[in-house]
Amino acid sequence: MSFITYLINGISLGSVYAIIALGYTMVYGIAKMLNFAHGDVIMVGGFVAFTAITTLGISPLLSVLISIVICTALGIAIEKIAYKPLRKATPLAVLITAIGVSYFLQNVALLVFGSDTKLFSSVVNVPDLSLAEGQILITGETIVTILACIVIMIVLSLFIKKTKSGQAMLAVSEDKGAAELMGVNVNKTISLTFAIGSGLAAIAGVLLCSAYPTLNPYTGAMPGIKAFVAAVFGGIGSIPGAFIGGILLGVIENLSKAYISSQLSDAIVFSVLIIVLLVKPTGILGKKISEKV
Amino acid sequence: MKKIASLFLATAMVASLLVGCGNTATTSDSAAESTTTADGAAFKIGGIGPITGGAAVYGTAVKNAAQIAVDEINEAGGINGTPIEYRFEDDEHDAEKSVNAYNTLKDWNMQILMGTVTSTPSIAVSEKTKEDNMFQLTPSGSAVACVQYDNAFRVCFSDPNQGTKSAQYIGENKLATKVAVIFDSSDVYSSGIKDTFVAEAPNQGIEVVAEGSFTADNKTDFTTQLLQAKDAGAELVFLPIYYQEATLILSQANSMGYAPLFFGCDGLDGILAVENFDKSLAEGVMLLTPFAADSADEATQAFVAKYQEKYGEIPNQFAADAYDAIYAIKAAIEQSGATADMSVSDLCEALKKGITEIELNGLTGEGMTWTADGEVNKAPKAVKIVDGVYTAM
Amino acid sequence: MKMKKTTKSNLITYGIVIVFYIVMQIMAGTGSLSSLLKGLLVPLCIYSIMAVSLNLTVGILGELSLGHAGFMCVGAFASAFFSMCTKETITNGAIRFVIAILIGALVAAIFGILIGIPVLRLRGDYLAIVTLAFGEIIKNIMNVLYVGVDGSGLHVSIKSASQLQMDETGKLIINGAQGITGTPNNSTFTAGIIILLITLFIILNFVNSRAGRAVMAIRDNRIAAESVGINISAYKLLAFAISASMAGAAGALYAHNLSTLTALPKNFGYNMSIMILVYVVLGGIGNIRGSIIAAMLLTALPELLRSFADYRMLIYSIVLIAVMLFNWSPKARELRDKYSLKN
Repeated sequence: MSFITYLINGISLGSVYAIIALGYTMVYGIAKMLNFAHGDVIMVGGFVAFTAITTLGISPLLSVLISIVICTALGIAIEKIAYKPLRKATPLAVLITAIGVSYFLQNVALLVFGSDTKLFSSVVNVPDLSLAEGQILITGETIVTILACIVIMIVLSLFIKKTKSGQAMLAVSEDKGAAELMGVNVNKTISLTFAIGSGLAAIAGVLLCSAYPTLNPYTGAMPGIKAFVAAVFGGIGSIPGAFIGGILLGVIENLSKAYISSQLSDAIVFSVLIIVLLVKPTGILGKKISEKV
Repeated sequence: MKKIASLFLATAMVASLLVGCGNTATTSDSAAESTTTADGAAFKIGGIGPITGGAAVYGTAVKNAAQIAVDEINEAGGINGTPIEYRFEDDEHDAEKSVNAYNTLKDWNMQILMGTVTSTPSIAVSEKTKEDNMFQLTPSGSAVACVQYDNAFRVCFSDPNQGTKSAQYIGENKLATKVAVIFDSSDVYSSGIKDTFVAEAPNQGIEVVAEGSFTADNKTDFTTQLLQAKDAGAELVFLPIYYQEATLILSQANSMGYAPLFFGCDGLDGILAVENFDKSLAEGVMLLTPFAADSADEATQAFVAKYQEKYGEIPNQFAADAYDAIYAIKAAIEQSGATADMSVSDLCEALKKGITEIELNGLTGEGMTWTADGEVNKAPKAVKIVDGVYTAM
Repeated sequence: MKMKKTTKSNLITYGIVIVFYIVMQIMAGTGSLSSLLKGLLVPLCIYSIMAVSLNLTVGILGELSLGHAGFMCVGAFASAFFSMCTKETITNGAIRFVIAILIGALVAAIFGILIGIPVLRLRGDYLAIVTLAFGEIIKNIMNVLYVGVDGSGLHVSIKSASQLQMDETGKLIINGAQGITGTPNNSTFTAGIIILLITLFIILNFVNSRAGRAVMAIRDNRIAAESVGINISAYKLLAFAISASMAGAAGALYAHNLSTLTALPKNFGYNMSIMILVYVVLGGIGNIRGSIIAAMLLTALPELLRSFADYRMLIYSIVLIAVMLFNWSPKARELRDKYSLKN
């Protein structure tokens, strides 16, 4: 019985990772950059929702929407100011800028909201599910997180397959230069990607804080890195890959905590990642890179 | 392209060197100034702690509370008529940055160090204060080695002290025989208490049935550790951790329907002040702590009111320790008759002697005294959270 | 006699370091050096060494490594462990310190080889994430490691200190998350500069050697390099191990600069690895001299910003973004070309 509970908790944690990883993987696929500030956008999303609910007394659902809108705007702004001028620079320069943005967001939050941990009241209003005569308990947050994750993945996949903007994204991710020649507005497409990625970050932030209800300026950093690992795990750039990577990471983390060592669970998670990458060098669902001479 | 980059860097370097020189020049200027003004003009007390980074909450509390104490003393006419000058520097909870902060304060002609807030940096800085023979009083550096030198003292309990006391308290009051521990294995404070607790437990007839840990990188999901404790049949869960993680543990235990006794140390204090925390979750939680923000005594209430008015937050135990630290320094200065024009080293010798002779009624204890090995004598109070307030047991 | 261009450039690099050393020593001698700057001298050397050694991996070898702090961690713990064990037996501090640095470098090199063998098979961002993973694993394991020494030898546990079961003479050296306490403070500015010069010597010579040229050939075109018979894996591994061992030496300096050594996210986590990478990128990828200058500037910057109190780290982050934009954005480039001194 306890195995199933460990598993469910792992899936719940994994779906939060998966939503964050979806944002990571989209931005990477299209802009070819590791957006280290993504985790901090999550934190901003959490704080916006927190302020809306607790301080302003707005209803949870509306608060989530506000949070999505603000984070989307933030994502576009960051892209315009910090990343766009570096479009032609080496990828490493953009990486460093992303780190600068990450520090910037953390320190602004520190000045605005203070260092004290805030407790987030859950926005989820779904009753807990009790199975097998109460031996297994699935919380409402878990249910909503998993459902949200699946819905987001399906919608994103459809968006990319069926809409013109989605196709444009695909084209840019394949070959920027060729896409531009075919009349795709590359700059606009990249901005759109950042907008969607940051909107997803807001949802992830709200769900992360609902499931694990503490909030401080550094809340986003570690889940951000873990989600990045998850995205690589599943094959960075691949949407189903991010989903699978996230869930697997959550499950492995929880099971190793339960059955091997809670102190070494991080080490175990990273070891599994290394082994996976050694066997499949581009992640579970990653595309093979063909080499040109 | 490379040339441009190197050219830019070279100019930047020259510019920064100039800035650097300018800086050193100004500091030496100000040094010269303050040596003239320091002739008995003011006691220069420096503070060090994290006010940015993951541990910022502790440093900020210390910084603010010490400021309150300093303001109070200065308003009341200072120490023997000499006012205090107070300056606080950030160390980001990093030993190396802490030493940098210490050196910055030295350039400012600090005479007495109130810090550092966290243990690891405190140990590193105590090496430097030892070299300079500067009096150091850490409000909250609880690791044993923080006060290994004779010039260093502390206001809080040491880690082993807390672990042993907790085990004894649980054993003597027969609270439980099967105990689980959940601790932060990457934290000095937490693992220090846990080690001594586990060592003392068998002597008290306590069986530690589960040891769950987490790390600084992995502190959102505690369901696994709680489930292990539950499956092992633990009647009491010992939490030698800080309150931020404890809020998560309590709410996750509640949602999985696990309701053992929870027992914590002074790190848990502050849990009721967390914004938006459902206090009913903490019902029945027991902790050994020297300070409770809603305690009824006058001094505490006055302090809490002032802190809230000035900084908009309810002070935690770090704040109380810092407040006491400033008053302990004041008492030690008065006892020893030290004056602000003494050299750092003379002041240290005087205070070292002075602090062992005082008895301080502070926020974190009545009749606190210090021994020459740097430890404080004060009684930990066991409190239980009943109806959302701390109640003495 | 005409000097080769590279030799001249290398001599300038050595010269900068030596001049820096002399200026600082004169300032220290005349007492015009602030305590802050005096305290910063060793860290400046440490981070310069880190940046130079990472530049070997990132700039010369062309692989992105996000786990460089892990090697520093290994070197720091190995050397501090040695110093703690021999504190009584080797009373000459200088000799013990030299051996400790060698041990730190050696152990880090061994880790570099062990990690390099699997990691260097990967490419690009995947390689980056695996090095990050290794760095985190090292930090995680250091946090649960308990090591003690007694009459019957070495005791190791990953559970708790009491499990070591040492006899009365036992001495606990690595105490889990509490790390190593009481390491002798042997690191001096002179020692730091000497190690920095040695690092420069090794790396600059490596770059201009046959092996170095082979490594750069691999970076520029792997397949072409392979086709002319260069042993790719061996050369990559060689560069990676040298880079790791230098980081280990820097770690040894770090461990002997402070009396306490713990593996926190702040000092040995991925954040530190990324900071070192920032130095390398800012100084110019592949530009060794630039790495030193950038490392020194960025290490000193947060300290110089102290007068901004609460806004210190905020300003630091803005400076970071601004410098990157200034250095790389096309508009800023135009501006710089226009007002450049070199037309």
